[in-house]
Amino acid sequence: MTLFIEQSLNGLQFGLLLFLLAAGLTLVFGIMDLVNLAHGSLYMLGAYFAATFAIWTGSFVLAAVMSLFATLLVGMLVEVIAMRRLYGRDHLDHVLATFGLILFFDESVRLIWGPEGMSLPLPSWLNRSVEILPGVQYSAYRLAIIVVTLSVAVSLYLLVMRTRIGMLIRAGASNREMVGALGVNIKLLYTLVFGLGAALAGLAGLMQAPILTVQIGMGENILILAFVITVIGGIGSIRGALVGALFVGFIDTMGRAFFPDLLRMVLSPTAASTAAPALSSMLIYLLMAIVLIAKPEGLFSTSQR
Amino acid sequence: MTGWLSARNIAIVTLVAVLLLLPLYIELGGNRFLLSLFTRIVILAMAAVSLNLILGYGGMMSFGHAAYLGIGGYAVGMLAKEGVVSGFVQWPVALGASALFALVIGALSLRTRGVYFIMITLAFAQMAYYIVGGIARYGGDDGLTVNQRSQFLPPVDLTNKVQFYYICVALLLASVFLVWRLINSRFGMVIQGARSNEIRMRAIGFPTYRYKLTCFVIAGTMCGLAGALLANHTDFVSPSMMYWTRSGDLIIMVVLGGMGSLFGPVFGAMALLVLEEMLPFIIKVVATPLFGEVAARASEYWQILMGPLLLLVVLFARGGIDGLLRKFDRKERP
Amino acid sequence: MTAPHAQPLLQVENLSKRFGGIVATENLALTVGTGELHAVIGPNGAGKTTLIAQLSGQLAPDEGRIRFDGQDITALPMHRRSRLGLARSFQITSLFLDLSVLDNVALAVQAHAGHSFRFWRDARSEPELRDPARAALDRVGLGARADRPASLLSHGEHRQLELAMALAGAPRMLLLDEPMAGLGPEESVRMVEMLRALKQELTILLVEHDMEAVFALADRVTVMVYGRVIASGAPDVIRADAAVREAYLGEAEGGAHG
Repeated sequence: MTLFIEQSLNGLQFGLLLFLLAAGLTLVFGIMDLVNLAHGSLYMLGAYFAATFAIWTGSFVLAAVMSLFATLLVGMLVEVIAMRRLYGRDHLDHVLATFGLILFFDESVRLIWGPEGMSLPLPSWLNRSVEILPGVQYSAYRLAIIVVTLSVAVSLYLLVMRTRIGMLIRAGASNREMVGALGVNIKLLYTLVFGLGAALAGLAGLMQAPILTVQIGMGENILILAFVITVIGGIGSIRGALVGALFVGFIDTMGRAFFPDLLRMVLSPTAASTAAPALSSMLIYLLMAIVLIAKPEGLFSTSQR
Repeated sequence: MTGWLSARNIAIVTLVAVLLLLPLYIELGGNRFLLSLFTRIVILAMAAVSLNLILGYGGMMSFGHAAYLGIGGYAVGMLAKEGVVSGFVQWPVALGASALFALVIGALSLRTRGVYFIMITLAFAQMAYYIVGGIARYGGDDGLTVNQRSQFLPPVDLTNKVQFYYICVALLLASVFLVWRLINSRFGMVIQGARSNEIRMRAIGFPTYRYKLTCFVIAGTMCGLAGALLANHTDFVSPSMMYWTRSGDLIIMVVLGGMGSLFGPVFGAMALLVLEEMLPFIIKVVATPLFGEVAARASEYWQILMGPLLLLVVLFARGGIDGLLRKFDRKERP
Repeated sequence: MTAPHAQPLLQVENLSKRFGGIVATENLALTVGTGELHAVIGPNGAGKTTLIAQLSGQLAPDEGRIRFDGQDITALPMHRRSRLGLARSFQITSLFLDLSVLDNVALAVQAHAGHSFRFWRDARSEPELRDPARAALDRVGLGARADRPASLLSHGEHRQLELAMALAGAPRMLLLDEPMAGLGPEESVRMVEMLRALKQELTILLVEHDMEAVFALADRVTVMVYGRVIASGAPDVIRADAAVREAYLGEAEGGAHG
């Protein structure tokens, strides 16, 4: 039972983290109609920045804040230099150009930080367990991630639903010309939205850094998960991203933790242990397939077609 | 009619001649490594040709095409590990497994379009990658050595490198020929019509879904054969054969060569792979006199140039190599 | 000429379609007799294009029934309706711009020539596809342009090509969505002549803004406002109808007719 609670919380934590990535992706898809494969690179950069700044400043929190701004800045730079030229072009162009960006970022990181990878140690006040229920201990840092991501999710919702800039974002998603006609600087709006997406990816990366090793290519696997989430939730929908992310985070975590035991009930122990890793990694794709059969445009699609 | 004597046709004839005469050059004292490189080029060109069928002619933006390379390769590798080494079993299994995977993935992903299609094909290919990586019996993440190449009746012998190379070239040319027949047939007209304007196709009475799905399966099957060849070439299969960046490489080959042109993907595959081999060398030669030791180190990071290079191709030379050749032809004509 | 109302080819009953809160079609009834040229007019936003989309199968209605030649086609997909002989032309020109003019029409012929799972023979040298396609192009006066890429044609020629494609499948009924839109005066005259010739052989449902053309061609006219039919009858009757004048002709076309 303790294990179950712990894994549920892990699933929730991972799901919320995935939400940060998927939200950025889906915003950029929905508003600029841009496929950004390099989103995972920004996640990676967030982690590298945080690890580096932590060494410079000696403070975890300071490093996190600096890293957040650094990815925001990189994101806006990338938008101004490259992405801006891709709006309105074919999706194939987006795929190729952002694929090129991935190669560029991976090699830049190799050049700057070397191929070995880094680690980001936690400060002692986070590196401990707290008793969340009588007799149930849970990592303080993972709890902190849950709190941070939840508050980001809420502020993102408020930003999009309640503010003027959010209104522009929503209007931009549905009607580009209209926003332009209103005299809004749409170029600046797009740069800001892309930067916001980058910062969210960076935040996910820097928070994941103490849990995993910081290494080249760390953004790629998680990017695929973010894609799956976007497909499940529906492109352009923040709510869809949240629901999809929680589903995927939960199923992936629980699948890895409990699926082998479940298999052992129906298969022989050896067969179960050989099949389990392959099958449990299939679960989220099965979920995606089911959603596709039932609702090809995703659960919360915003598009008309 | 001087139509046949165009730069484009000259380039194609030269390309085929180079492919056919390469072993001769090596016999005459050329670098042996070239044969291995060109076998690889020919096999991946075949994969790119198959991708071009759906991407260039059919407008289906599949980002999971490398999955079939892996499936075809693993069909050979797994059967070899289980002691089945006959090519007459291995290759049909490779084709059948690829076709089946393409049928399932295609049936699901063709229900959607645009961005969804890209992401879904990518995700399912990645699923195949993880599944294979999870099967410990066949090496898991570390991959699987293929101890014996596919056996056919004598005199066919895949361990003979020259013979194997010619088999690959023959199969590549056969796939180009097949694609050429396909795209000009009634079926091909439907596929190209659906790329051009799918709503209109349905309005005039074509159930486009089943045609696109058929096309998707044909392309996947062709690529599965390339996978079986690749396993025989490297004597090794691993999940990384179908990692998503490999699918990206295939797309680059198609676009670099020229989408929707018959030989474009072959040019593209050759350009990309030769560039990969040469770029570190070129950087070193060009930069060393200027920057000394730093340049020698920098040449290891050639991909840092590859990325922006791709960006430039996308932004400024969308027609790829085929587009350049055609532009050249238009200028030449009076 | 067959007398109007002779035999209904297309019958629409109780057709309704809403997008969110917006009513596009409400409780619409319409009958088109065999051999009739039936025009549908109405101000912008009256739901004419939505009506055509539902008739052709591009949009599914929320309620109601559509019958073609006695057969209920409400649930049939677009391609099945097209095979039954219900052809549609598009308001916004919707062609295969990267294919040649002849290829465009040949595809339309091919759509009616059985299945297309034929993988080997060169479709561009099949007389059973190319000959009818050429004939259709000649009929609309585009024969000389057959080998050009469709993207290089003028707007008027695009409209002609649209018509050739609709004709290529040897349909029994044409759904024409504003064939005159954007045409110059000369091109309009040619288009009216062409429709007058087609009317001898086909049943036509014509959605059009050009009142002159409508009253010159139509056997019957239906007037739509906000998704509803407010009047239907012979051109003279419609011209005299007070409600129509007020709701539509009076405002939108007031200066233009007479």
